[in-house]
Amino acid sequence: MSTDADTSSAPTTDPATTSPLLIALAWLLVGIPLAYGLWQTLVKASALFTG
Amino acid sequence: MSLLDKQAIVAGPGYSRWLIPPAALAVHLSIGQVYAFSVFKNSLVASFDTSLTAIGWVFSLSIVMLGLSAAVLGTWVERSGPRKAMVAAAACWGTGFLVSSAGIATGQLWLLYLGYGVIGGIGLGIGYISPVSTLIKWFPDRPGLATGMAIMGFGGGALIAAPLSNRLLALYDPGFVATEPGAVASSSALAQTFLTLGIVYTLFMLVGAALVRVPPGHGDDTTAEHSPGSNGALVRASEAIRTPQFWLLWVVLFCNVTAGIGILEQAAPMIQDFFRDNGESSVSAAAAAGFVGVLSLANMLGRFVWSSLSDRVGRRPIYVMYLGVGLVLYLLLALFGSTSTLVFVSLAAVIISFYGGGFATVPAYLKDLFGTLEVGAIHGRLLTAWAAAGVAGPLIVNGILDSVGEPGNLVAADYRPALLTMVGVLAVGFVANLLIRPVDESHFDDEAHADNQKRITTRMEATR
Repeated sequence: MSTDADTSSAPTTDPATTSPLLIALAWLLVGIPLAYGLWQTLVKASALFTG
Repeated sequence: MSLLDKQAIVAGPGYSRWLIPPAALAVHLSIGQVYAFSVFKNSLVASFDTSLTAIGWVFSLSIVMLGLSAAVLGTWVERSGPRKAMVAAAACWGTGFLVSSAGIATGQLWLLYLGYGVIGGIGLGIGYISPVSTLIKWFPDRPGLATGMAIMGFGGGALIAAPLSNRLLALYDPGFVATEPGAVASSSALAQTFLTLGIVYTLFMLVGAALVRVPPGHGDDTTAEHSPGSNGALVRASEAIRTPQFWLLWVVLFCNVTAGIGILEQAAPMIQDFFRDNGESSVSAAAAAGFVGVLSLANMLGRFVWSSLSDRVGRRPIYVMYLGVGLVLYLLLALFGSTSTLVFVSLAAVIISFYGGGFATVPAYLKDLFGTLEVGAIHGRLLTAWAAAGVAGPLIVNGILDSVGEPGNLVAADYRPALLTMVGVLAVGFVANLLIRPVDESHFDDEAHADNQKRITTRMEATR
């Protein structure tokens, strides 16, 4: 793995230049619909034990 | 140079690699909708006044197009970079919905085939492989974890799309109640739902395209430093398909997917049939739908959990588990599945988690064998195994079950021939996996290998 400014085998991750807020927003954007889907599926799946 | 070009999306030194999985998930959560297509089946049959088989072909066509487009366009995706590929995928997937919406509104079934099946199917293929190579390059230390996160999204997409689609149908047709057996939404509601989904998915995928970056140094493939395979391999896609390793892995994926589809295809009627006594099943329709939900969860979680575990235990051993343990579990399901619902559900859930794991781990297996030089393009070619299994799996199961009766009126013993056939299919995959060895040096790309070695040496010297 090549990095222009770095020598490690994995890419650099410098929190000083990538806002943690952006990372949190990006994960929320995909996490919220996924959590909705998971919840709906759990409700549906619970019928297996109650229905 | 446009904003879509690979050179334009080279990450700055401090760009966090933890922005890449959500970018990939934005695409995979959207295209994973394809697994929830069945929620439209009844309404589409009524809207076009046609057969269930005619509507079923729309889904089959999209999966075949997924495999074909991934194979044919894999090299283009690899060379163009993830942003251009994600935008192309968003355009195709969104257009597919819009054309389908027009088809429903005007009663033209061929537009549904063209829109969702062909154009949407091409979007599926491009979208599926678009982030994979980039993720492996960002996470060379944990490729299984990285691709597991993205491909988990493909499983998760259906979990979102099914309830979302039912809500939209009910919004546009207040008379539609999804929980009522055989509920049918109006053509107008269907058309508006497809239109809405097309717009929402396009925007969501474009967010992923905006977020994605290639790692520093990867703006140009000819000057990038690639991670070689486990024995130093750097193999181009055109050469990879000439190796026995590629075809053995093709057989492994084909067998794993075929066996998984054997259960997924028949899940709801299967659990009712397994617990049928004197013509009456002790499992209600609602409980059977719950079983389908459990399988969806197992499918999704298996993609993340098992693929991440493969980073620790190795790719070949994890496939030994998927296929070897899967084979034993299938056998237990055939022989003892009818003893209790808990046994049946537990066995099926683990089998389906292996099915999902097989999908998610395969890009990392390819990276181990061929290196990252053109791993995305090789992955695209390998996905033809999925398309083939998507046709073969249901054909095998339906063919065997049709010879003994109709799903919904069978008993556990009627499923045994089909399940035991799948045990045989898994055995073939198990042997194929054991035969996989590191790629012979004669297949390495000498020029790329020499250039890569020079770049590594230069970098090492510069850091002394």
